[in-house]
Amino acid sequence: MSVIEIENLTQDYQIGFWRKRNVRALDSLNLRVEAGEVFGFLGPNGAGKTTTFKILMRMLRPTAGEARILGQPLDDLRMRARIGYLPERPYFYHYLTAREFLVFCGALCDLPRDRAAKRAADLLDQVGLSDSADKHLRKFSKGMLQRAGLAQALINDPEVLFLDEPMSGLDPLGRREARELIANLRARGKTIFFSSHILTDVEAMCDRVAILNRGRLVESGRLSEILKTRSNEIEAVVSGVNEEILAELREFALEVQPTPEGARARLESDRDIARLLEVIHHANGRLVSVNPARESLEDFFMREIGGMK
Amino acid sequence: MKIIPIALNTFRESARDRALYNLMVFVILLIIASVVMGRIAVGQEVKIVIDLGLSAMTVFGVLMSIFLGIGLVSKEIENGAIANILSKPVRRTEFILGKYFGLCLTLFVSSVVMAAAITGALIYAQGGSDAAQWRLWPAAWLIFLELTIMTAVALLFSCFSSPALSALFALLIFLIGRWSPDLKLFAETSNSAAVRAVSRALYHLLPNLANFNYINETAHGEVAPWRMIAGNTVYAVCYIAAALAAAALIFNRRNFK
Repeated sequence: MSVIEIENLTQDYQIGFWRKRNVRALDSLNLRVEAGEVFGFLGPNGAGKTTTFKILMRMLRPTAGEARILGQPLDDLRMRARIGYLPERPYFYHYLTAREFLVFCGALCDLPRDRAAKRAADLLDQVGLSDSADKHLRKFSKGMLQRAGLAQALINDPEVLFLDEPMSGLDPLGRREARELIANLRARGKTIFFSSHILTDVEAMCDRVAILNRGRLVESGRLSEILKTRSNEIEAVVSGVNEEILAELREFALEVQPTPEGARARLESDRDIARLLEVIHHANGRLVSVNPARESLEDFFMREIGGMK
Repeated sequence: MKIIPIALNTFRESARDRALYNLMVFVILLIIASVVMGRIAVGQEVKIVIDLGLSAMTVFGVLMSIFLGIGLVSKEIENGAIANILSKPVRRTEFILGKYFGLCLTLFVSSVVMAAAITGALIYAQGGSDAAQWRLWPAAWLIFLELTIMTAVALLFSCFSSPALSALFALLIFLIGRWSPDLKLFAETSNSAAVRAVSRALYHLLPNLANFNYINETAHGEVAPWRMIAGNTVYAVCYIAAALAAAALIFNRRNFK
């Protein structure tokens, strides 16, 4: 079952004061996110990611097209009670304490006060803010606000979670905790639709991704389908080699990247493995690993988006 | 019904705003000063305390209703808090009504505090309890109604205009509203048909705030008649309903980029 259905979603903005003209921020976006998926929404700045989130969260009315969440139109309030959202630059009422803020969010989701208070305490613990629960949000750092934002998105125990740049502002520990939280939510069958600039996080967490550029969908699908193996290419990691050997490797390898222990060599096919072995054996080097070459999400991103810029 | 949590949160915001307390302290000091001034003008204590006290309450209340009223919506849009609210199961109309009633609650509490301060000043000036001390309360109720109208007007403007322009428009409406009898007179006596039509339209469209000013009469010992209070309360409720309906209509159509 598709939990998020986006059909031909288009958003135009008017810019200019005297001579107004239209700028297309989103161009006929089609997307489906299935139940239980962790779906990554990628693209450079200005690609249309936040515009898509804003349409889904009723901040913008689309110029054309439509979207449904949990099979319901975007204005359906019963559906709203089943989703959670973390905005890209979260601003929360600074005069409230973290606990008061979460209880307030619970009230907006129709939670009875005592249940909201219990849920708030649990969530503050989950996101590592229980020590700061009664501190005013104005005293929170960016990372702490991001954690509070994650907690408010979860206050109603949503089935679908929309996270716009959830790792933004988090330190490495916070990022790891957020990744664990997302993995935990996924294990509980939640659907997560999130955007991120941090490709390694996306690669580590997502079942499927969609890549957007200048408002258009560039690619969408499973990471294993998008990040195809590079035909017959082989990636070999070697250690204990010197500059002379690296020069020899460069004679037949497609690419050689020195590493602290040795080098990473990309070969055209497995036919070159024998020659590689011969070269490193001659230098008393060591073969560490041989794998079919597979591009990273970053490689793919740079190839697809970098070429268009 | 999400109006109540939004209203209580809005009330909590103003209750935790130090600037509001500073303004209230200023008004209360003014009321205390009126007691001293009353001592100088022998026999005029009650009149001066009521006149100065209720006038200070009006000025403070109007500034508060306009400047907090225009921020009710525009601040939420500017800082992005609206994104969090709209993602929740909340109707845009509920948001508008919640913000409005939250500020009205703040205005109500501050009006009660100020009216109580004036009453206290009168008790002190007269050296005991007297009926004159209680006749200011109907006038204070009328001031409160005037403030709720101005809050609705400020909120309406902030739904489609910048904060600076909203403040300017709301202040203009307050001034014109206070002079509405003159506007009516102008509409009746002008030689130009176009001026008469525009003045008449403005007279009916803008709030008739002069009806809510009973300060002078109260200072001279009159008590606002209950029929007048009831009539003005109904007028205020109708005017506020119309202004909030317009605000909700505009807000429902807005995009937040």
